[in-house]
Amino acid sequence: MNIDPVLAQLRLTPPQRASLLQKLHIDIPLLAGLGGLCTLAFIILYSAGGQDVNMLLRQAARLGLAMAVMMAIAQVHPRHLKFYSPVLYLLGVLLLAAVLAVGKTSMGAQRWLDIGIIRFQPSELTKLSTPMMIAWYLSGHAPPLRLKPLVLAGGLILIPTALIAKQPDLGTAVLVASAGSAVVFLAGVPWRYMLALAVVGGSLLPVAWHFMHGYQRDRVLTFLNPEADPLGRGYHIIQSKIAIGSGGIYGKGWLHGTQAHLEFLPERSTDFIFAVFAEEFGLIGCLGLLALYLFVLGRCFYIVVQAQDNYSRLLAGALTVTFFVYVFVNVGMVIGILPVVGVPLPLVSYGGTSMVTLLAGFGMLMAVQTHRKLLPNG
Amino acid sequence: MSRPFDLKEKFYENRLFLNRIAASVMFILLATTGLVARLIYLQVMGHEHYSTLSRDNQVKISPLAPSRGLIFDRNGEVLADNTATYSLEIIPEQVPDLEATLSELKKLLNLSDDDLNRFRIQKNQRKSFESVPLRLELTEEETARFAVKMPYFPGVEIRTRFMRSYPYGHLTSHVVGYVARINESELQSLDPAQYRGTYHIGKSGIEKAYESVLHGKTGYEEYETNVQGRAIQVLNTTDPVAGADLYLSLDIRLQKTAYDALGEFNGSVAAIDPVTGKVLVLVSKPGFDPNPFIHGISKQDYDILQNAPDRPLYDRALRGVYPPGSTVKPFVSLAGLKILDISPARRVLCPGYYRLPNAEHKYRDWRKQGHGSVDLKSAIIQSCDVFFYDLAHHIGIDPLHDFMQLFGFGERTGIDLVGEKPGLFPSKEWKKKKRRQVWYPGETIIAGIGQGYVQVTPIQLARATAILANHGRNVEPRVVDTMKAPYEIENLYPKSGDEIVADLKPEHWRTVIDAMVDVVHSARGTAKGIAPGLSYTVAGKTGTAQVFTVRQDQEYKSLKITKTMRDHAWFIAFAPAEAPRIAIAVLAENGGHGGSVAAPIARAVMDQYLLENP
Repeated sequence: MNIDPVLAQLRLTPPQRASLLQKLHIDIPLLAGLGGLCTLAFIILYSAGGQDVNMLLRQAARLGLAMAVMMAIAQVHPRHLKFYSPVLYLLGVLLLAAVLAVGKTSMGAQRWLDIGIIRFQPSELTKLSTPMMIAWYLSGHAPPLRLKPLVLAGGLILIPTALIAKQPDLGTAVLVASAGSAVVFLAGVPWRYMLALAVVGGSLLPVAWHFMHGYQRDRVLTFLNPEADPLGRGYHIIQSKIAIGSGGIYGKGWLHGTQAHLEFLPERSTDFIFAVFAEEFGLIGCLGLLALYLFVLGRCFYIVVQAQDNYSRLLAGALTVTFFVYVFVNVGMVIGILPVVGVPLPLVSYGGTSMVTLLAGFGMLMAVQTHRKLLPNG
Repeated sequence: MSRPFDLKEKFYENRLFLNRIAASVMFILLATTGLVARLIYLQVMGHEHYSTLSRDNQVKISPLAPSRGLIFDRNGEVLADNTATYSLEIIPEQVPDLEATLSELKKLLNLSDDDLNRFRIQKNQRKSFESVPLRLELTEEETARFAVKMPYFPGVEIRTRFMRSYPYGHLTSHVVGYVARINESELQSLDPAQYRGTYHIGKSGIEKAYESVLHGKTGYEEYETNVQGRAIQVLNTTDPVAGADLYLSLDIRLQKTAYDALGEFNGSVAAIDPVTGKVLVLVSKPGFDPNPFIHGISKQDYDILQNAPDRPLYDRALRGVYPPGSTVKPFVSLAGLKILDISPARRVLCPGYYRLPNAEHKYRDWRKQGHGSVDLKSAIIQSCDVFFYDLAHHIGIDPLHDFMQLFGFGERTGIDLVGEKPGLFPSKEWKKKKRRQVWYPGETIIAGIGQGYVQVTPIQLARATAILANHGRNVEPRVVDTMKAPYEIENLYPKSGDEIVADLKPEHWRTVIDAMVDVVHSARGTAKGIAPGLSYTVAGKTGTAQVFTVRQDQEYKSLKITKTMRDHAWFIAFAPAEAPRIAIAVLAENGGHGGSVAAPIARAVMDQYLLENP
């Protein structure tokens, strides 16, 4: 079902009756998937947060705001998104620079920008603006990509990534870089370049090690051998594995997870919420949660292949792949196959900022889906 | 950005994009498979391992200390009690301003800087939600003073702890003993599971000998904790089992009578029921107040007790070894009757000294002018030394040693207390082994009157007297009469038997016992002073134990030497002579003569016991 967008424009489209949701530019299967994830999130958050109803209410308020943002963005035609991409990108980079200059330090890292009414994390903006920018840039280049646009795109990715890594916020830097790289990948970077990049990147690892902060090095070392320091740096991951493993196939039951409720599990409402889920709902619950994520991803890919212009499908594809990277990095960290980087479990972890960004991204996907020119035999 | 339209390029671009999407989907499915594989590894394969770890994380066990068994005397008087003591304790996390609270409390209760320092050290060793004692043992007045102001001190509370107390103090300090904090070496030999909640252990007396019975069984509480170790909920409780209550055969009023009767003298009184071996009195004077030992006596106070010239910490009844002096004479008489089969009518001339054939050395009689011609009975009555020098010489030390052993000389009595000394009745073999010297005949002679190497403890002599009163039937003294508990208790000190240990003809017993009755009841008896007013017959024997040896050319003048060098006074007795119900040994240190000093003490005890228990 891949009709060239230009060809499609040549045909006449008969008027169709649109439902209310279609008029609102909402994609129902995607909304259902997201709703399912958020429902699960509230169930597990109630348990992980120590049955704190106020916590749930705060999270519900954030979800409401994020949903509003998503719906608002869904109304925007992808061509407007494309038009504003460079502006947003530039704004994001400038704000990141501002953060490094005057930002608030919170928990040892400069991430916040206080702009009077709200405290704002510019790195969240770049999670979206970076893939938008790369999609804007590469949508004009026919594959296979040549070296010059590739290097330029690499540079565009590197600027915000480096600024975020400097804060330091390794998790977000990884996500921004992977979002940008996903666009490059989808835009058709030749495999041989990717191979070359992998070799160069691998050889640069010792250099990266040299530039890492002490605690970041510790995290890598801890990942490699958590039992070396069970009460110190390895504590998070050991307790997390105990929580997950003790959950077994069927789990300990909702509200019956001992690791979490007895406070052995750190950051159980935020980054490590998957461990709480795994402890209480077991392997069956985990498979269900992953299936739900795969359902959302599947719908996203459907939207991606349906997309009618190059910018849209590059952006939508990149956002989809990035969403999975979110899930993979968080779950991989919690189950101990990736180093501990502060990445929340998308849509499930407690916290507002990342949820707004995520749903804004899904808003873009909905925009891509609902602003298509429908074909007569659609 | 835009570029010129090219149909061929468009199709190529679309195919490539779809390829890339397919690759992405493949990557996602692979990665997800990886996640699932890891989850299966953790949750299925590793489930048991992690479940154990998770349980270890959350379940802690805390001991519940059992309450220690009480100790009563034969009439139900409490000798060792558990009384509530009040301690002032602080839960640091509940106190808003700790320093201010401490300084207020310091003013209110006159706390010392030591108290505060000890508190600060202990506070740092514990978690902030654990109670830390600021002051143990508040007086009632201090408790009241704090109770009024309690609302102003959040996080500070008075806790009740049950602590051992000994209402009779110095009267029971040796026999009942005391408990004190467990020390390092004890900790290593104890079952750590049983003593996890216990801080005190019996250190001496019954408290030590019956520790395993008194202690009880420690209970356990399994509870769930969070990461700070704070208890969340109790999962399981195994109640502690209280220790057994001990009822002694001891009579505390009789004990007091004996203690008081010793008067100005230090010494010991041991009285047992010869029929059963039940210990009625076991006094070691002076005693001491055991109560300060419970919380830990100060070094200074301990040094005072330790260095006191009258040695209050020394248990004379069980560990004090003294020459028995003339109290051995009835037993030596029995040995003569049994071994040499001498006639009671056999006479020996006592010129005031005894000399071995072909030897120069004179063994003096206590009576310088001598007793003239004495037979066995009058030798006992008047305590003639020469008769027994002669008798011992003829028996020989080894047969005498073997015979005396039947009455428990030189052996522990097997009393149900710890730390008893065996005393000594010498033999040739003993001297060869221990002293690496040959036996001299002269040493046999003085052994015949309970001097030389012979050493006994008061409890040993009381037991020997009881065996004599029993006409040779064995007796093993026991302080604890019954143990009461709702469960089965193992008898820690079973008796080895009450068979006849000294098998003699009835007339031999009669001869010696008659003579002992005459010691008290005849005009020439050495203890005739206690006879007036006696409503029952007493069979007794006085003894005077030399503390140091009088040289050949010297005379013993009791008044000229200092009190601590004076002879120890002994008296052994049993009554009523025809059906004995009490056998007693009295030792008055440096008391001089047994008849005048030790015998009245024995009478006071026998009077009270026999008249109150007709």
